[in-house]
Amino acid sequence: MTAPGSYGVAALPRLRVGAAQAGVALAAAFFALVCLAALAPGLFAHGPDQVNPALALRGPMAGHPLGTDQLGRDVLARLVFGARPSLLVGVGSTLLAGLAGSAWGLLAALGGRLVGEAAMRLADVLLSFPAILMALLVVAVLGPGTRNAVLAITVALAPGFARVVRAQALVVRGSAYVRAAVNLGLTPARILLRHIAPNVVAPLLILATINVGTALIAGASLSFLGLGPQPPAPEWGAMLAQARDYLDASWTLALFPGAAITLTVMSATVVGRALQARYEGREAG
Amino acid sequence: MAPLALRLTRRLALTLFVLWGAATLAFAGMRLVPGDPARIIAGGVQANATPEVLDAIRDQYGLREPVGVQYVLFLGRLLRADLGGSYQLGRPVSSVIGEQLGPTLSLAAGAAVLGFCLAVALALLTAGRPRVRAISRVLEFCSISTPNFWIGILLLAAFSFRLRWFPVLGDEGAAALVLPCAALALPIAGVLAQVTREGLERALDQPFALTARSRGATENRIRARHALRHAALPVLTLSGWVLGELLAGTVVVETVFARQGLGHVVVAAVRGRDFPVVTGVVVLSALTFSLINIGLDLLYGLVDPRVREAAA
Repeated sequence: MTAPGSYGVAALPRLRVGAAQAGVALAAAFFALVCLAALAPGLFAHGPDQVNPALALRGPMAGHPLGTDQLGRDVLARLVFGARPSLLVGVGSTLLAGLAGSAWGLLAALGGRLVGEAAMRLADVLLSFPAILMALLVVAVLGPGTRNAVLAITVALAPGFARVVRAQALVVRGSAYVRAAVNLGLTPARILLRHIAPNVVAPLLILATINVGTALIAGASLSFLGLGPQPPAPEWGAMLAQARDYLDASWTLALFPGAAITLTVMSATVVGRALQARYEGREAG
Repeated sequence: MAPLALRLTRRLALTLFVLWGAATLAFAGMRLVPGDPARIIAGGVQANATPEVLDAIRDQYGLREPVGVQYVLFLGRLLRADLGGSYQLGRPVSSVIGEQLGPTLSLAAGAAVLGFCLAVALALLTAGRPRVRAISRVLEFCSISTPNFWIGILLLAAFSFRLRWFPVLGDEGAAALVLPCAALALPIAGVLAQVTREGLERALDQPFALTARSRGATENRIRARHALRHAALPVLTLSGWVLGELLAGTVVVETVFARQGLGHVVVAAVRGRDFPVVTGVVVLSALTFSLINIGLDLLYGLVDPRVREAAA
């Protein structure tokens, strides 16, 4: 896991404009499809928990295009129904971390010297060890499960967001239009809500989109370790953990959940980068 | 005081602050657990502990004291490098960590070396060469976006189960280290290669590269001897990030390959809510992280004389 704004999944190959636009469109379409699967999995498949021992651990075949798992459940159906818990952890934690990080960063930037120092030193402490350890500490306190995994990754990502928001808020606060608003005698609350917050939000949203990839991988890692959504939930990381035990019988079982994670991470990153390029007024790519 | 000494003192003070913060967080976490801590400790051993057992545990772990006193005692023990005893394993945390440190370090070191070498080789070969660079960029993007436990599982499926080149499980011998290191190194190499190549391309555009070229130095010599040194600085900055990725990666990769190590221990401790072990690993990794960052700070001066002069 990486702090927002640094390297990690946030880097992307630069391509020619035409190819890049096609790639962005493809990525956006794929990400939309995954989101649709998360919202309405019934549109794509049925019976993720339907057991059929007679057909256990088969490769792709008619009726089961991606094969079956150790209990004979259809892998495609489980992948489709796994979109919801997987995205819930990845996207949900990013949203929560963005919100918490914004409040934290705004407080640090605008709350006066003492509060600001305290808030940023706390962020220093939280960022001084790897985010996954932070997440593990939270899971140790709260116990495993979907909600707790979301909270764990939120805690791990929020200080990074706080740093970025604080930096952005400081820039905005020093800008001419904010000084003008102060001189016009607007109340601090109004200045914060009307003038500072909107100008901090746009870059934050982009940062959040790019960070969905990081959060998805972190969430899948937690579930892979058995600390996220619990069986029989078809979460992708948890599916990989099970597939790990049946590698000699069926290696395709491990192929598809991992591909689902990777492709979703890639598409979120590509979309986020394209948004960033547009916001910064560059060509996509 | 000399600027360097001043900077070091400041960094060390910050390190102490970070360690205190990490320890406090871990302690707070321990207290935040809903329910009776004695019951949680007993939970690792027996689910239905009798009141006598719970009383004994309260005595043993000093749970009768007020929380403030417990906190001070906890910090005092930490200062003496006493991490307490593991709830689950019934042994001192320091000896558990000491035992498991070796396998994790060899895994992380192997992956770091492999990752850096791969990245430098890729960057040297592809910098300023548009066609191979495009291919390399796509590969790097793929490796960065792939969770390392999936890479590990695919490597296992291909090289252990199909080709039988490497052992499936365990950590005996160098052969057992190859696949875990590769799984850990690939995502890191992807990022490092991008940064190194960017640095190389910037350096190759500078006048000194032209000077070396006009003196008849070969392209390869310019890249390896002159430009690489300039590209090293941003890569060095990323070393702290690499360390974090390695620490995080070992947790998952050790599980994939069923290896012994700290990652394995910490996951078991989190599952069993074995707080002394979790605290120990958290404090230790915060310490390592801070020390490495101080070391890097000093290294900048060695690699780039301009930083040294600016600081003096």
